[in-house]
Amino acid sequence: MRRCNFFLTLLPGFAFLYLPIAFLLAFSFNDSRLVSVWTGFSFRWYVTLWHDAALVEAALFSLGIAAVSATLATILGTAAGYALARFGRFPFCRGFAALLAAPLVLPDVITGISLLLVFIAAQRLIGIPFERGAGTIAIAHASFSLAYVAVVVQARLADAGTELEEAAADLGAPPWVVFARITAPLMAPALVSGWLLAFSLSLDDLVVASFVSGPGATTLPMVLFSSVKLGVTPEYFALATIVLAIVLLALVGAWLARLGRPVAGPGRVG
Amino acid sequence: MRALVLLLPTIWLLAFVLVPLGIVLVIAFATSTAEIPPFALGFSGENFRQLIADDFYFFAFLRSLQLAGVSSVFCLLIGYPMALAIARSPVRWRGALLTLVILPFWIGFLLRIIAWIGLLKDDGWINSFLGALGVPGAPFRLLYTGFAMYLGVAYCYLPFMFLPIYARLEKRDLALEEAAADLGASPWRVFRAVTLPLSLPGVWAGFLLVFIPALGEFVIPELLGGPGAETLGRVLWTEFFTNHDWPMASALAIFLLAVLLLPAALWQWWQGRRA
Repeated sequence: MRRCNFFLTLLPGFAFLYLPIAFLLAFSFNDSRLVSVWTGFSFRWYVTLWHDAALVEAALFSLGIAAVSATLATILGTAAGYALARFGRFPFCRGFAALLAAPLVLPDVITGISLLLVFIAAQRLIGIPFERGAGTIAIAHASFSLAYVAVVVQARLADAGTELEEAAADLGAPPWVVFARITAPLMAPALVSGWLLAFSLSLDDLVVASFVSGPGATTLPMVLFSSVKLGVTPEYFALATIVLAIVLLALVGAWLARLGRPVAGPGRVG
Repeated sequence: MRALVLLLPTIWLLAFVLVPLGIVLVIAFATSTAEIPPFALGFSGENFRQLIADDFYFFAFLRSLQLAGVSSVFCLLIGYPMALAIARSPVRWRGALLTLVILPFWIGFLLRIIAWIGLLKDDGWINSFLGALGVPGAPFRLLYTGFAMYLGVAYCYLPFMFLPIYARLEKRDLALEEAAADLGASPWRVFRAVTLPLSLPGVWAGFLLVFIPALGEFVIPELLGGPGAETLGRVLWTEFFTNHDWPMASALAIFLLAVLLLPAALWQWWQGRRA
């Protein structure tokens, strides 16, 4: 009875989540140009995708920006999350937390217009940035994703508690040893998930990039957006299928890596 | 050392969050010109006067409110039962079920919306299916409706509703539910009197995390909502990119920010009073 109830509650939700994806997967292998008429199995949309120079170029450009902005966001977000979790109540603590949380909820259009205006003002006043493009997009993406990294790092440190660090200090370890041997390994999983989160946030962003980008700098979402307005072709279903395959491979990889690792190590305390 | 750790993110946040919002406020009072960049600094309240005087902006605001409100409810109706079912499932399943909930979101925002366009189009998957079944009246107009937008927002923002609720439900004290059941409460009564009140902070957090960004949402009304769905996010976009009226776009941003800060401030106050 309970088990039956359990599946009944989950089924509509999972149907809602996976119905669009099931269609996406199936029709990426459809031979027809029409979105919803099945005419036969074919890889033609994968071939079309491979030869779509503008899309491939934009994808590589976006991946580069995502890597740079995720790295920036991880450095800044880790510092911020560490400060919030370990510094207690520092002088402007509440203001700092509010400023950090703002990009989490601000609508994209506000983030986009405000960052563009600051880049223009900076160019007028100090001549930097010379031109808008990859650099300004990476900075903009780092500014909104650092908050997500900070949340993940802060949660991980709060969860782990301070007992291990205190024990190490009591046993005479100098602060930098405590950080290197205890705190850093405790934070490491949060850094990985924070970086991945920032990476995917950057790949996902259309609005902020459209505001702060300059001539010639076109990200993958910008290409997708302008072509979808003209009409959906199965080429994009093929792209979505490839992205899903990569994500699934990464998940399986992570799962295998966890199976292979010994259970002991710096884990939760208490 | 502490100061150094704090200095880096503080400078970054000041330069790329606080100062930019300040500049938006300044530009909102500037006047639009044909130069590059297209504004002349000044102190004119004209933009805000127009915001209040012109019905167009007021209706855009109402449409945004409706979009954010209805989609948040959609999100809650889909997300809450899932969060409850997964929180009640055996511990060893939870990781896999959570991964299944989050997995669709790694495909990418625009690609997920593209899937919904494929489903909802006049000649899309849903309508071909209904047509094949011989349902009278098919094909139905599904894309470019309010319903399409609500579904789109609910689909894209679901994790922001699901995760805070799940976090609360997972931490709930099972002994309380057992005590209520032992004292003779029906499962529904246990839910109403114990589980639901304990999960409410998660529901409020989820509601804010969906409602606030959805209020300024641009992409979903643009792609799923059709030409009539002029929400604040779209109006701001048009003022900026099509009309090149940067001061008006800034004034809209400031208006949106003010509307958002009000509930956020109330929430802070409410949390502070509870603590």
